[in-house]
Amino acid sequence: MRFDPRTTQKVVKVLVWASALLTLAILLFIIVYILWRGLPMVSISFLTENPTRMGRAGGIFPTIVGTIALAAMAVLIATPLGLGTAIYLTEYTRESAITRLIRFGTECLAGVPSIIFGLFGFVFFVIYLELGWSILSGGLTLACMILPTIVRASEEAIRAVPRSYREVSFALGATRWQMVTTAILPSAVPGIVTGVILGIGRCVGETAAVILTAGSSLRLPTSLFSPVRTMAVHFYILAREGISMEMAYGTGAMLIVTILLVNVVVNWLIERLIARRRA
Amino acid sequence: MKEERLIQWLLLIIALSAISVLALITLFIFKEGLPIMVKVGVTDFILGRRWSPGKGVFGIFPMLMGSLWVTGGALLLGVPLGLAVAIFTTEFAPPYLSAAIRPAIQLLAGIPSVIYGFIGLTVLVPWIRSHLGGPGLSVLAGAIILGIMILPNIISISEDAIRAVPKEYRDGALALGATHWQTIWMVVLPAARSGIIASIILGMGRAIGETMAVIMVVGNAVKVPCSILDPTRTLTSNIGIEMGYASGEHRQALFATGIVLFFLIMLLNTAANIVIRRRSR
Repeated sequence: MRFDPRTTQKVVKVLVWASALLTLAILLFIIVYILWRGLPMVSISFLTENPTRMGRAGGIFPTIVGTIALAAMAVLIATPLGLGTAIYLTEYTRESAITRLIRFGTECLAGVPSIIFGLFGFVFFVIYLELGWSILSGGLTLACMILPTIVRASEEAIRAVPRSYREVSFALGATRWQMVTTAILPSAVPGIVTGVILGIGRCVGETAAVILTAGSSLRLPTSLFSPVRTMAVHFYILAREGISMEMAYGTGAMLIVTILLVNVVVNWLIERLIARRRA
Repeated sequence: MKEERLIQWLLLIIALSAISVLALITLFIFKEGLPIMVKVGVTDFILGRRWSPGKGVFGIFPMLMGSLWVTGGALLLGVPLGLAVAIFTTEFAPPYLSAAIRPAIQLLAGIPSVIYGFIGLTVLVPWIRSHLGGPGLSVLAGAIILGIMILPNIISISEDAIRAVPKEYRDGALALGATHWQTIWMVVLPAARSGIIASIILGMGRAIGETMAVIMVVGNAVKVPCSILDPTRTLTSNIGIEMGYASGEHRQALFATGIVLFFLIMLLNTAANIVIRRRSR
């Protein structure tokens, strides 16, 4: 049996429209549902007070501190490594067996599931290097995890810098490193920052790798060797152990707000980049 | 110039960090998990149907099946939907809508997996329990949640592949009198095939590797599921649930589960890489 091509075309059109609307509806539902149930819980005291009774009451202040500490640690370690890799790949070498190896490593690392990073961080940082469940272990593990994101974004940003910048710089007698630091990096900053912020977003949302390496202590950290609990881990524990659904909704709302913020900033940066490239 | 050479060497060392991390991960996961795998026997470990850590019996066949069921279900739901969205944004959407969908898909990719798991737990699982029967925590719940989670992978990579199809292909088909859909179905999609396949493979990798969302919705019972309404346990949830309190051989067996997972992921990544590279030739 053959269908009339025109009828098929109409049916398909309806189907793809429906698919797109369904996808948007799912996204909207997730965000609205969590914010609608969770935002009423959020108040100044919710954000600034310590939790009491395992998180049944009080606020989520230590988990905010924990989240910031881990994300900052991860970004501080991964950015120089990722940026260095990108500079090496774009400015200091040609395509060769070594660059292929580096690219292969970066790509594979990007595909490794977070639970594997968690297992690795646990044996390597927590046990083998004797860092214990701590900001340091968690931050290092997350740094490994976001490294590919930062490499990719930085490489793209550096490649987008026009050739003429390099030529002018060399013509003025700059060494390669001077060229990189004075001509390339300043114009690549927005792209690099985009990668860093995407990395922060992943750190904020990560649970599996964090719970195995940074622990889940609700106390305020006192040093880099203190264990911490992030918002995502707190949210997970509250919900899964059924400690308090209200507090879970509140924490979930804060997670969504953070992720929305990250996305807005990234989009704004990318738009600025495109505008600058057109100009 | 001496300084320049120093910088070059330093940068090379930094650039090798990603591959070093990958090597360290492989080394430490194997070091920790391989002994118990050898002790139990690789085939007994992978095909063994019983998992009783207390008695030192470690067989992960039920978890392997659990992962396959949930991932298969996720692909069944996520691939058609994702492809349809990719076709919509590249071929049918008015410009303002495709401009709106792009950040939306990016946001979908950025939502933490615990949020997906939470939605599954509070909305999807009760719905399945009351409308379809069973405990609600099920293969189906896992498949639906993962199906949504892999959408961004499928959509963005397929979109790129479809956009990369030369305009002449389309013009040729349209000039022969084909309808827009016939052009898409017979010319554009076949030409974009390898990119689409790569997107599916990468989506599969994401689904197999996902942990937190899955733990929250599949029920985690160690048994090979008989129906999509049965609870199950995946490789990832096996690690995620028991790692918190495991020690000794039990912990080693969880790392061995990690080895199997790592192996599957590397297989999928390599496959995707080969497919993509073949396209660029």
